[in-house]
Amino acid sequence: MSPSRQNNFVSMLSSLPLSRSSYNVICAFCTEDNMPQCMSYINQELDSLGLCSPRIEASSPGGAGLNTVPALNAMYELMQIHRRNMCTLEELENDQLKKSSTLDHMQMNNSRLKDQLELSIREKSGLHETERQLQLKIKTLQSCLKTEKDEVQKLQSIIASRASQYSHDAKRKEREAAKLKERLGQLLVDRKDKKLALDVLNSLGRSDGKRSHWKTAKTTTSHEDEMYKSLLNDYEVSQRSLLLENAELKKVLQQMKKEMIHILSPRLPSTRGAAAENSREQADSDGEEKAGDTSRETLDQSCEHAREQLTNSIRQQWRKLRNHMEKLDSQASLVHHQLESNKEVIPRETHEDEMERMRREVQQCKEFIHAQQQLLQQQLNTSFDDETAALLNDCYTLEEKERLKEEWRLFEEQKRNFARERKNFTEAAIRLGREKKAFEEDRASWLKNQFLNMTPFTDRRRCSSSDGQSALSVRSEPEMRMSSTKAQLAKSSAYATFSTPKSTQSATVPSTTELYRTLRLIPDSSSSRHSNRGSWQESNTIDDGDFRVKSNRIQCRDLSIFSLGGDENSLT
Amino acid sequence: MNFSEVFKQSNQLCKISPDGKYLATCVQYRLVVREVSTLQILQLYTCLDQISHMDWSSDSLFILCAMYKRGLVQVWSLEQPDWHCKIDEGSIGLVSSRWSPDGRHILNTTEFHLRVTVWSLCTKAVSYIKYPKACQKGIDFSKDGCYMALAERRDCKDYVSVFVCDDWHLLRHFETETQDLAGLEWSPNGCVLAVWDSSLEYKVLLYSLDGRLLSTYSAYEWSLGIKSVTWSPSSQFLAIGSYDEKVRVLNHITWKKITQFEHLATINNTKVVYKEVEKRPTVRSDNLSLHNITIGTNLFNTQSKYEICPPPVQIPVVKPDPDRANPKIGVSTLAFSSDSRYLATKNDNMASVVWVWDMQKMSLEAVLEQTSAVRCFQWDPLRPRLALCTGNTKLYLWSPAGCVSVQVPTEGGFQVQSLNWHCGGDSLILLGKEQLCLCYMDTDQVDK
Repeated sequence: MSPSRQNNFVSMLSSLPLSRSSYNVICAFCTEDNMPQCMSYINQELDSLGLCSPRIEASSPGGAGLNTVPALNAMYELMQIHRRNMCTLEELENDQLKKSSTLDHMQMNNSRLKDQLELSIREKSGLHETERQLQLKIKTLQSCLKTEKDEVQKLQSIIASRASQYSHDAKRKEREAAKLKERLGQLLVDRKDKKLALDVLNSLGRSDGKRSHWKTAKTTTSHEDEMYKSLLNDYEVSQRSLLLENAELKKVLQQMKKEMIHILSPRLPSTRGAAAENSREQADSDGEEKAGDTSRETLDQSCEHAREQLTNSIRQQWRKLRNHMEKLDSQASLVHHQLESNKEVIPRETHEDEMERMRREVQQCKEFIHAQQQLLQQQLNTSFDDETAALLNDCYTLEEKERLKEEWRLFEEQKRNFARERKNFTEAAIRLGREKKAFEEDRASWLKNQFLNMTPFTDRRRCSSSDGQSALSVRSEPEMRMSSTKAQLAKSSAYATFSTPKSTQSATVPSTTELYRTLRLIPDSSSSRHSNRGSWQESNTIDDGDFRVKSNRIQCRDLSIFSLGGDENSLT
Repeated sequence: MNFSEVFKQSNQLCKISPDGKYLATCVQYRLVVREVSTLQILQLYTCLDQISHMDWSSDSLFILCAMYKRGLVQVWSLEQPDWHCKIDEGSIGLVSSRWSPDGRHILNTTEFHLRVTVWSLCTKAVSYIKYPKACQKGIDFSKDGCYMALAERRDCKDYVSVFVCDDWHLLRHFETETQDLAGLEWSPNGCVLAVWDSSLEYKVLLYSLDGRLLSTYSAYEWSLGIKSVTWSPSSQFLAIGSYDEKVRVLNHITWKKITQFEHLATINNTKVVYKEVEKRPTVRSDNLSLHNITIGTNLFNTQSKYEICPPPVQIPVVKPDPDRANPKIGVSTLAFSSDSRYLATKNDNMASVVWVWDMQKMSLEAVLEQTSAVRCFQWDPLRPRLALCTGNTKLYLWSPAGCVSVQVPTEGGFQVQSLNWHCGGDSLILLGKEQLCLCYMDTDQVDK
């Protein structure tokens, strides 16, 4: 029972509020039942407290009494302990009071000191400020002092130089005075006064050759007059030059004014009213000026009023110009500023404009191309719209036809010309050939005759045969000629060539060269003549051998070109 | 360019007659008159003492020789060598002597500037002008020879008297507002008289012929002022050179400054700077000077040529002693060319440099830097051509086309101390210490 009872007691004790007048607790703690437990408990507590009092025992076992002495001792010790505790408690309380009061005091001090500190800081800054100002003042005063010192020095140097100059001059004067005194003394002593004299052989005439005049009042006045005249002359000259200069300057000013007006008037389109005003003003001033001008011209430009007007108007114009320039400047700077600050604004706008323009252009071009394409398509596919296609075709073909006709006409004309030329050439050539042939025949006959003359039998027969031959040749030639020309005509229809015609021949020698030679009547070798003849004879076969002739012609053409060139070269 | 032979002269007295035909030189106490073209001696006169000053009369007929020590002036006639004239100033002494513009009067300034004696050679009469001022330029004749301006000082005040040279009639007499008048000069047109103060005060006063004050000009105060003044030949400009190393130009209409030319130690703009460069004499083959007439004995004469220096150019500056009077600083010499187009200046603390300014553009035209201090420069009377010398054996010529350095070909070294142009502009007289030489120019100018 004792631990549970003890526990009960303890819990009861703890639950009840501790108070000094809680003796009821003791009554509650110990009862007649639980005395030994209480006693053991108390003994335990006493031991734990360290009291060395003997154990409280019951006076009699199982009795309700106690050993009073240990109990009283224990009680006394407990009371001591309690008193001691009370004392310390009091002390502690006192201490605590003291400490709190000191704390309060300290806190108050602290706040007071803080305030003081703040105040002193402010004071310090104020003092700094005043110190700074004073330093500045010191500096300015020092600089003033320096300048003053410099000036003093400068003045001192000036004074020094002046003083030295004065002393120098004074010394000089003194020396002169001394010399004078000396001389005076000398003169007084000497008394041998050398007279001043002029010893001249003969008097000279006056430089201007005139006689000298007496000095009279008239001469003095004349001198005066002359002096004034010269002065006046000088003044007049200078005045004239000044007038000229003035006139020049006025002209320049007028011109400037006109130019300024001119510059200003077209450049004020925005402020129409102002411009109108200005122009009116200008007109007024101009009008006045004009009147002033005429009057000025007549009055020799000395009218002050006009001068003032001119200068005023110039000033006005100049002011306007200046304002205008300022406006422009400000605008430019604004623009520049904008440009700098906001780089995309202006350029982008212009950029966009440009882009727009270009897009439009591109669009236009595209449309154009498209249209062109369409037209082309239409042209190519005539099934689109037959009528129009036909019409178009017609148009085109018509155009082409026209062109073609024109060309044909030209071509024909040229052809005709060439044919004509060729004809002439051939005729001439043929003639020549004929003549040559005739000559050859004659020559041959002659030779034959000669030869035969050596043999006297076959004279007449040769002559007749030669004649016959020549006649034959003559007859054959017109044939040949006609055939050749026909052939040429046929050929020329196919080829529009410049090649000088002719019947060509075998590859040995081109006939054209021969022709030229014959035309120019170059003395040819007999072989060439023979070949020529041969060629003429061969030309008979032209009708038959077209292709051959063609080829020959081709050959000839080529060769002829070269030969032509050659001939030309030789010509030159 | 041809050089004549060297003749003797003394005292740098060598003058060409106003008509340009004769050359008069003084050798000790002799006066030698030569013809300019042939340099033949025409006349020889003997004076009584060493000649201190010699001058031609305006009609080129007479020469005056002044002997200051003896107080004598002798006048010689060219036409009549027998004619003689002697003026003895007596005990009063002689400080300067000059002709009047008509060539018939001689004005002698006595010692201590006590008076100016006017001797008439026509009437043998004497007149006196009292209280002339002893200053840099106290007497000036107008160009047409009608008037003479004389500076006077009475009772510590400056006056100017204007005389009519015909009969020495006093035309005007007026006080000037100067502290200490240093000089006066007529304008070439004879209508304006410029009067300037001493260096202690920068002041230029312009008086009209009749004595009215036209204008006053003062650039600054206190510092040393005007050092030199010159008129342009056209009377349009008055150039004033001052101790502050600047030249101020006034115009004749308003008498106000139109421009000022500064002589800076560093030239930055692109104007041409000609620098004389001396070459070693051993280099004989490399003859870059256009007109170096090399003679065998020129071994000791260093040849020189001009080089064009690229900007920026540093000009050598010599700082003057600040304690001494009349310091060598400031523009001391000014000369206008005959057409008033150019102004040549010399700044004393850059003594080896001559500056040429263009008056049309009002800017620097050229700078000529020599190897030694420039002694003398003068413009050609007809063309814009400047001749200068630096005391060595060379003659330097500048023109807008370029500049050239010419060695004077004489044996024994001829140091050119000063030079004078002939009035025709085609020859120069070069004066050495004891010698003189004539230099004839080509008709077409040779340039670099």
